[in-house]
Amino acid sequence: MTTVAHVHDSTDNPYALSHLDSLESEAVHIFREVAGEFERPVILFSGGKDSIVMLHLALKAFAPAAIPFTLLHVDTGHNFPEVLEYRDRTVAKHGLRLHVASVQEYIDAGKLRERPDGTRNPLQTVPLTEAIQQHRFDAVFGGGRRDEEKARAKERVFSLRDEFSQWDPRRQRPELWQLYNGRHAPGEHVRVFPLSNWTELDVWQYIQREKIELPEIYFAHEREVFARSGMWLTAGDWGGPKESETTQTRLIRYRTVGDMSCTGAVDSDATTLDAVIAEIAASRLTERGATRADDKMSEAAMEDRKREGYF
Amino acid sequence: MSTSTEQLTEQLAATTLLRFATAGSVDDGKSTLVGRLLHDSKSVLVDQLEAVEHASRSRGQEAPDLALLTDGLRAEREQGITIDVAYRYFATPRRRFILADTPGHVQYTRNMVTGASTAELAVVLVDARNGVVEQTRRHAAVAALLRVPHVVLAVNKMDLVEYREPVFAAIAEEFTTYASELGVPEITAIPISALAGDNVVEPSANMDWYGGPTVLEHLETVPVSHDLTACHARFPVQYVIRPQTAEHPDYRGYAGQIAAGAFRVGEEITVLPSGKTSTITGIDALGEAVDIAWAPQSVTIRLADDIDISRGDLLAPSGDAPATTQDIEATVCHVADRALAVGQRVLLKHTTRTVKAIVKEIPSRLTLDDLSQHPNPGQLVANDIGRVVVRTAEPLALDAYADSRRTGSFLLIDPADGTTLAAGMAGESFATAKAVAVVEDEEGWDF
Repeated sequence: MTTVAHVHDSTDNPYALSHLDSLESEAVHIFREVAGEFERPVILFSGGKDSIVMLHLALKAFAPAAIPFTLLHVDTGHNFPEVLEYRDRTVAKHGLRLHVASVQEYIDAGKLRERPDGTRNPLQTVPLTEAIQQHRFDAVFGGGRRDEEKARAKERVFSLRDEFSQWDPRRQRPELWQLYNGRHAPGEHVRVFPLSNWTELDVWQYIQREKIELPEIYFAHEREVFARSGMWLTAGDWGGPKESETTQTRLIRYRTVGDMSCTGAVDSDATTLDAVIAEIAASRLTERGATRADDKMSEAAMEDRKREGYF
Repeated sequence: MSTSTEQLTEQLAATTLLRFATAGSVDDGKSTLVGRLLHDSKSVLVDQLEAVEHASRSRGQEAPDLALLTDGLRAEREQGITIDVAYRYFATPRRRFILADTPGHVQYTRNMVTGASTAELAVVLVDARNGVVEQTRRHAAVAALLRVPHVVLAVNKMDLVEYREPVFAAIAEEFTTYASELGVPEITAIPISALAGDNVVEPSANMDWYGGPTVLEHLETVPVSHDLTACHARFPVQYVIRPQTAEHPDYRGYAGQIAAGAFRVGEEITVLPSGKTSTITGIDALGEAVDIAWAPQSVTIRLADDIDISRGDLLAPSGDAPATTQDIEATVCHVADRALAVGQRVLLKHTTRTVKAIVKEIPSRLTLDDLSQHPNPGQLVANDIGRVVVRTAEPLALDAYADSRRTGSFLLIDPADGTTLAAGMAGESFATAKAVAVVEDEEGWDF
C-alpha cells in the first residue's frame, strides 16, 4: 500500500555533496549570476564574519581573475578599531576598491541626528541608500541570512528595491528554481543575499574549513565592558558607560560585529575556531537575541528597518 | 582539541543537506508540525521561544502559539495566516535541513510552487478526521507537476481518531493511488499527531501497528542525490573568466554550475546553440583541479579550442546534446497579479539565457482539484496553471522538465518592468498522461 523509502546512509553516495559544498556552490552561482547580469555591483563589507565569508566566496567564484566588484562599508563612527584595521588590510591585500559611507559625516553635516539612546545602527540606512544612488550601484550584495531573524526568513535571494531603496515584503517576486530575476528599472536596484541559506554554524564551519582569518574580537579576550540592557558593551569614546554604569574587565568574545553602541559581547573562553564552534553548537540563544539591542526594540523592528532600506 | 569537540566536528562535517517543503490546508496543523520539528530538534532557541511566549500573551493566548515562529511579517501575524514562503533551518547529527514553509491557502498556489521548485521532498499534511480533500489533491498535483522526487503524506491528528489503523490505511491508500497516477515516484505515508508528538521525532507508543519511520527519521535518511549516469550532462555558461594578467595571460575558463549529470576532462563537448565542438582540457572546482565534476557543483571548465562561447551558451557531451528549438510547449504556473494573454510579448529566462518571446497559444487551463483541462482560456491569471505555446526569438537548448528540473524550467518576464509572470516547465505536465482527463464542459471555472 505505502512505499517506504530505501533507507541508506546518504553519505555513502560518492556524488552526494556535503552541506557546506552545497551552500558554497549555490553562493558562487549567485555571485556569477550578478557578474553576468549587472553593470555596477558592489559588496557590502563591514569586516564582520558574514561579509568576510562573502568576500572569500567571491574570490573563489572568479579565480584566477580578480573580483569584478567594488566594496562598500557604511561606517557608523562607532566601529571596533580592530575591525576597521582588518577591513583596510583585507582590501589592500586583494587590491580591491573600497567606498566608505560615513554616518559621522552625516551627523557632522546636520543631515542626521544622534538618537537619544546613542544607537547608530538605524542611522546607517540614509548613508547606505544615498551611496547606492550616488554611485549608481545596481546590485548590492549583503551578508544577511534567513536564519537571523523572522523578517529575513521571508527575504528573496534577489530582492528588488525601488528608487527609495524600500522593501515591500508583500510585493516580492516569486523566486523559483535557481532562476534569479534581476530585471530592474533605472534608479532601482537589487539586493543580493548569497548567504541566504546559511546558518550561523554553517558560516563558522566554513571559516574553519577554508582557514579564513577573522578580526580578533570574535575570539575570547579580556576587555573593559559594562552592563546595559542585559548585554556587555565595550567602554569607549562612543558614549559608554554612563555615570550610573560601571566598567569591569571580563573574558568575552563577540558573535556579531556591528556598531559598538548596540553590539553586545558574550562571556566566553573560546580562543580557537574549534572552541567557538563547540560553543555555538551548544548555545541556547540566537546570535541576534544574545547580542543585538536594535532587534529588541519591537516585534517587527527588523521588518520596519528593512522596509526603509536597511539590510 | 577535546574528544567531544572532535566528535562534534566530525559529526557536523559528515552531514548532507535536504531541501524540503511543507504543504497543508489552513487548519491541518502544519505550523504545529513545523514547530515540533524545530522544537524537538532543538532548533528553537530560548530567545525565540521567549519572543513567541511574549507575543502570544500580549494577544491574550494562554499557550505559546508556535505559528508565530514562522509567520515573520507584520501582516501575517495580524491576520494569523501565512502569506509568503518562509525558509527555516534546522539540523540533526545526520543531516541539515532547509524547510520551505509554504502557505496552504488556495490563492497562494504560486507560493507552494515556489517552495516545491527547489525541494527534494514535500510533506503533504491531511487531517485524519477529514481524509483526502480537494486541497490535498491540489498539493499532490503541485508536487507531481514540479516533480518533487519524494512525497510524504503526514496523516495528522491521529489522536482525534483514537489512533485507529483503518482510518490511516484508508487515507494512505486513497492518496497513494491518486499521487501514483500523477507520477509521484515515491510516497511514504506516516500517521502522526503533531500536537502530541506521535511519530514526528519519537516513535508513537499509541500506534504500535505502524512499523515505518517517524517523519524526522525519514527526512534524515531519504536519498538526496540522483543516479548521475541516468542524467544528461548539462552546463550552462554563466560567465567567462579571463584574468589577462602576467600570471595568467592565456587563461580562459567558462564558469557555471553543473545543472545535471557529470563532466570529465578529456570529454568531447558541443556548444549550443552554435553546435561547435571542443574537448575539455581542465575543470577547476573552486580552486582545485579535478578530473570529474557533477551537479550541482559550481566549477570552471577549460576547453582545447578558443571558440566563441559566452554567457547563455550550454555545454553538453557531444553524444548527448539536446536539440535546440524556438517553439516551446510547456506547462506554466502563473505567479503574477496581471494576466498572461495570447499574443503577449515577454522575455523568457532559461538557465543563463534571456531571450525575447511571444505567447502563441494557451491551449488549456488546468484545474488542479480534478486535473481537468479547460480548452483555450485566452489568458491565465494569478495562481492558474496552464499549457502554453511560446515562440522565442533565438533557439534554446531546452530539455523536458521530466528529464531535468534545471534545464527544463524557465521564467516568463514582463519586459516593461521586469515582473516575473510565470514559471514554466517544458514538455508534458505529469509523468503519466492518462491521469489527465480532458473535460470539455465549462463548469469549474473560478475566475
